[in-house]
Amino acid sequence: MLLFIEQTLNGLQFGLLLFLLAAGLTLVFGIMDLVNLAHGSLYMLGAYFAATFTALTGHFIGGVVLALMATLLVGMAVEVIAMRRLYGRDHLDHVLGTFGLILFFNELVRLIWGPAGMNLTLPSWLNTSIELMPGVHYSMYRLSIIIVSLAVAISLYFVVMRTRIGMLIRAGASNREMIGALGINIKLLFTLVFGAGAALAGLAGLMQAAILTAQIGMGENILILAFVVIIIGGIGSIRGAFVASLLVGLIDTVGRAFLPDVLKLFLSNSAASTAGPALSSMLIYLVMAVILVARPEGLFPAANK
Amino acid sequence: MKRTLLTAGAILALALSPAEAQNKTVKIGFVSTFSGPTAVIGNDMRNSFELALDHMGRKIGGLPVEVIYEDDGQKPDVGKQKTEKLIESDKVDFIVGYIWSNVLLASLKPVVDSKTFLVIANAGPSQIAGELCSPYVFSTSWQNDQTPQAVGEYMNQKGVKSVYLIGPNYAAGKDMLQGVAATFKGKVVGQDLTKWPDQLDFSAELSKARAAKPDAIFVFYPGAAGVQFLNQYVQAGLKGQIPLYTAFTIDELSLPRQKDLALGIPGAQQWVNDLPFDQNKKFVADFKKKYNSSPSFYGAQSYDAAQLINSAVTAVKGDLSKKDAMRDEMRKANFPSVRGPFKYGNNHVPIQNFYLQDVVKTADGSLGLKTVATIVKDSQDRHHTKCPMKW
Repeated sequence: MLLFIEQTLNGLQFGLLLFLLAAGLTLVFGIMDLVNLAHGSLYMLGAYFAATFTALTGHFIGGVVLALMATLLVGMAVEVIAMRRLYGRDHLDHVLGTFGLILFFNELVRLIWGPAGMNLTLPSWLNTSIELMPGVHYSMYRLSIIIVSLAVAISLYFVVMRTRIGMLIRAGASNREMIGALGINIKLLFTLVFGAGAALAGLAGLMQAAILTAQIGMGENILILAFVVIIIGGIGSIRGAFVASLLVGLIDTVGRAFLPDVLKLFLSNSAASTAGPALSSMLIYLVMAVILVARPEGLFPAANK
Repeated sequence: MKRTLLTAGAILALALSPAEAQNKTVKIGFVSTFSGPTAVIGNDMRNSFELALDHMGRKIGGLPVEVIYEDDGQKPDVGKQKTEKLIESDKVDFIVGYIWSNVLLASLKPVVDSKTFLVIANAGPSQIAGELCSPYVFSTSWQNDQTPQAVGEYMNQKGVKSVYLIGPNYAAGKDMLQGVAATFKGKVVGQDLTKWPDQLDFSAELSKARAAKPDAIFVFYPGAAGVQFLNQYVQAGLKGQIPLYTAFTIDELSLPRQKDLALGIPGAQQWVNDLPFDQNKKFVADFKKKYNSSPSFYGAQSYDAAQLINSAVTAVKGDLSKKDAMRDEMRKANFPSVRGPFKYGNNHVPIQNFYLQDVVKTADGSLGLKTVATIVKDSQDRHHTKCPMKW
């Protein structure tokens, strides 16, 4: 039972991290109708920036803030330089163009930082565990990821639902042409949304950097999961992305943790430990398939276009 | 007139040369990972192999050498393709390399079918030491089980009573976990195999390990995954609570990123940079001079691979068609290995010592690996009885 609580926390942490990535992706997809495969590259840049800036400044929080601003700037620059040229075109062009960006960023990182990757060193107050309740030890760092991501999720909800800019974003998601016609500076709105999405991806990347280290191509693996999340959640819906990320995070972690034990009940020991990891990594896709059969638009489809 | 003569001469020279030229260079294909997060390993292997060639005056057995490096991208299908290309279109005399057991297993058939000599510089899947052993395949590394078996012995010595095993779900990971279990006398309270190479978050596995309350955790995570695992082990607050024992998780390539987190975490290895053999001192010193970094065991094995090939080609005086004679020479392991002298078993896997290595602070404040003790002497892999080859 105590183990189950711990595994649920692990799943929650992973899910929230996915949410940060998926939120930007779903906003960009929903509002600009842009398929952005290079979202993972911004996630990678966040990780590299954080590792570099904390090493340079010798200060963890300072380095993290600098890294966030740097990713935001890179995101806006990418939007102005590259993405603008893709808006009017069809999805295949988006895929090709942003795939090119992935290659570009991977090589750029290799040129600047080398192929070996970097590790983000944590201060000692994060590099420890705390006892949440008797018998439940949890990594301080993972706990702080949960707290930060939840705070971001709540403020994102507040911004999107309660502010003027959020209203424009929601309006943009349901009818782009109309808000353009109403005299809203759609160019600026797009740059802002894209930059904010980049910063969210950067935040996810820099938080992962201390766990997974900054690696070239680290964004591609997790991007697939982020796409699964926005498809399950419904494209363009922040609420959908939130629910779906938690679902995917929990299924992934809890499945990995307990499936081999479940399989051992009716398979031999070695077969179970081999089949377990294979099956648990399939689990999310099975869930996605089932959800798509039941609700082809996802759990929370954005308002009709 | 002069010109015509020259041309005629050149044509004659060209016409005469092919029969001779075939044996004029030694062609070596080198398959390793040169892209992606584990490219550092491939680079270390290439650097060490090049250094060995430098030490031999860029000649193998008196013949000039041509090395063709191919990137397997850590993928079995790509490795197989590159191996076939080296054999069929480059027609290499030797194939060297292979970090990953699964890549090697996929690439084995074309090599053995074409009777090209293969010198494995890292991977050691149990199948190749056992039923798939071949007269054309030699290893300058180890069989996967050997190193973790040594770790199991060491845990016995330390009085560890129970252990939790974690490793990646591929050929080498399964061998390694079985290797520990083979020599460890205590209880294995649980084990986890994780999806390889894309699962990098081990939170679920670490939680399970903690809940199982073992005396120790054993892990095998090569390359960047070793850094990631150690990060998460420390973040989970397990360092100081449940001691960690490792195989191929902490080395000269990962240590610069693991830093202090790796201090005091033991591992087993057949080669450590401070082994007191002349050839090793030369290898380590010249490597540092040439590349400004420390070589890893991957490099040491690649260096020995070049030496093994050199011994074979020297023995036949450059006549690469004498394959049987070259094989007989290689079986003697007649070269100054950087790990010290070793013998080959019937399956062409080294019978060698395994040392306990520890992470220590060196004089200049940086971290380094140091030999602490010899765990096992003349260890032979436990799969050699399944290999039908006798000599």
